[in-house]
Amino acid sequence: MSTEVYLPPNPVEALLRTDRMPHIWCPGCGIGTTMNCFARALQQARLDLDKVVIVSGIGCSGRVAGYANLDSFHTTHGRAIPFATGLKLANPELTVVVYSGDGDLIAIGGNHFIHAARRNVDLKVICVNNFIYGMTGGQVGPTTPATALTSTTPYGCPEQPFNLPYLAESAGAVYVARWTAYHVRQITHSMVEMFRKRGFCFLEILSPCPTLYQRRNRLGDGLEAMKYYKEASVTRHGAPTKEVAISFQGPILVGKFVDIERPTYLELLNQQLARTLEAQYTGCIEDHVRS
Amino acid sequence: MKADPRGVLAGVHFLDGDQACAEGALAAGCRFAAGYPITPSTEIVERFAQRVPLLGGMFLQMEDELAASIAIQGAVWAGAKAFTVTSGPGFSLMMEHIGYAAMTETPCVIVDVQRGGPSTGLPTLPAQGDMQQARWGSHGDYEIIALAPNSPQECFDLTIEAFNLAEQYRTPVLVMMDEIVGHMTERVVIPPADQIEIVPRRYTTKPPADYRPFAPEADLVPAMARAGQGYRFHITGLTHDERGYPTTNVAAHDRLVRRLVAKIRNDATRLTRVEEHFLEDAEVIVLAYGITSRVALRAVQMARARGIAAGLLRPILIWPFPEARLRQLASRAGLSGILVAEINLGQIVREVERCVGGRVPVRLAGHAGGSVHHPQELFETIVEMAQAVEIER
Ligand SMILES: Cc1ncc(C[n+]2csc(CCOP(=O)(O)OP(=O)(O)O)c2C)c(N)n1
Ligand code: SF4
Repeated sequence: MSTEVYLPPNPVEALLRTDRMPHIWCPGCGIGTTMNCFARALQQARLDLDKVVIVSGIGCSGRVAGYANLDSFHTTHGRAIPFATGLKLANPELTVVVYSGDGDLIAIGGNHFIHAARRNVDLKVICVNNFIYGMTGGQVGPTTPATALTSTTPYGCPEQPFNLPYLAESAGAVYVARWTAYHVRQITHSMVEMFRKRGFCFLEILSPCPTLYQRRNRLGDGLEAMKYYKEASVTRHGAPTKEVAISFQGPILVGKFVDIERPTYLELLNQQLARTLEAQYTGCIEDHVRS
Repeated sequence: MKADPRGVLAGVHFLDGDQACAEGALAAGCRFAAGYPITPSTEIVERFAQRVPLLGGMFLQMEDELAASIAIQGAVWAGAKAFTVTSGPGFSLMMEHIGYAAMTETPCVIVDVQRGGPSTGLPTLPAQGDMQQARWGSHGDYEIIALAPNSPQECFDLTIEAFNLAEQYRTPVLVMMDEIVGHMTERVVIPPADQIEIVPRRYTTKPPADYRPFAPEADLVPAMARAGQGYRFHITGLTHDERGYPTTNVAAHDRLVRRLVAKIRNDATRLTRVEEHFLEDAEVIVLAYGITSRVALRAVQMARARGIAAGLLRPILIWPFPEARLRQLASRAGLSGILVAEINLGQIVREVERCVGGRVPVRLAGHAGGSVHHPQELFETIVEMAQAVEIER
């Protein structure tokens, strides 16, 4: 005798390429959790999903683009932001999300990150920060906390990591928030806010990498990481970003740190051209660039 | 399809090659460029930046060449025709993204105004030292299309051609200029828009449910979609199947890479564009391209004046190499040798040797860069090659 179990469809399924499952992520990895939040945020924001594009670089986090049922681009290592910049500027009606890892966005792609923030290109940048290079086997990254063990700092990391919210704000981001994979409702909420905001928005999500970061540092599994996030996180909206740096297993300040208004690159470009060229100016990119 | 008249500055002009290249891009319908300044290519984007806002497009100066060479690809997937321009050091930085464009079949144009190298080399002086880098610079197997203009007029004409070939084959196309061609000023005739043929993007006509982004058509090139149209497609630089999904299947990899190569290589003869002078009875053939071809033609004329049967073969489209035509010429009776003149220490000559396969002697007139050859020097080599044969006879 067989019993039929009825499972209601997962509400986010429409946003996933289910024909690509199972995914490549390890058990206990936080990337999938963030992606679940992303799918829910897309639904809550009621965006026209045909006009939402996701761009990733290379890495475990960079695989998100491949699982999202959207127009999606898996670009080269570090270059998601400049690709997304070209995409957004050539078709401003698109909502362009950049979803990638900390190594991808901040090490090899760090230069693009600060310049896109400076220009205030209208991009929603989501950074999965697992403190390590996951895809390549757990090497040190620009976010690895000092003293942490990685495969290329086997005696402990001597470097000072970037404080990402501080970096983003200094470079010109109009929206900066940080949560951990434990804060699923807050992540979703921040993503919805980013979708509704114009300009360079940055969300850092601390996310467990049990396979490499947790294990090498004897920090337990994914669940242990969640416990740490829960216990060590302090929500402080509006905290000065200078003060939100993270130390090895230290306290984590989370919240929305920056939410300001500043004209986007395209707005400034159009204004500037209209002012200088007056009647000769027939409108930018919107109408003419696409063949 | 004919060119959009708004982008075509029809008339007779006095332009340098860089300016003519910018006009070629505009005439081809390009309304998006990204770049990073580098001598001797910068004037191209300076002119583009001046002109394109009046046509509703934009130039974006990026933070480096890595950014520029991928920003244009983002713009292409949004529906734009786009290009970037650079020179040696920047060309080196663009290699990864030439591979990305080849793998993702992203039509785009990259202009390299060659200067002396290696490294920072001779920023303001000419060379042709990036010719093999153009062919092989990105890792892995792929075919590339590259053009080599020898005048400002051709900088205009071949930039349009580059955009057209990029669309037809869905591939990055390289325009291999050099400092002299870029900076020399000559008469450039820009025809009216209705005389300029433009290849439109090959968009799919299938509805999203039936669309497979990398399912090739009869000529091995798949039809494109663009972002924001409901196709929900996936593009990756990973080896992918016809759906665009990553795969590590060796057979799928073999199929993909062979197709990427074959779509261009199979058409090599159709793609051949050469200019020929006095080849009917030539005993010595000089093969030269870009600026060097103009010096070489002078040397050939000097030889002819002395009664030596010299001729010139100029590949205009350099990759894929005009192999069939060269083989044909090399197997002709009465040919005593081929002299390859280029501003490098032996790059295209390797290709010539490969095609000729030892049937006739091949000689290199190399030059490390910084100026062009002297016609006299090439003339003397032609004389030597002709005499060597006389003695043998
Ligand atoms: C140009 C280049 N250099 C190096 C690599 C190898 N590589 C792939 S992913 C990666 C690091 C990814 O780390 P991160 O962005 O933190 O993402 P994670 O895998 O941790 O999610 C590296 C170095 C590459 N693909 N391309
Ligand atoms: S290696 Fe780490 S980051 Fe990558 S999938 Fe596994 S747990 Fe996640």
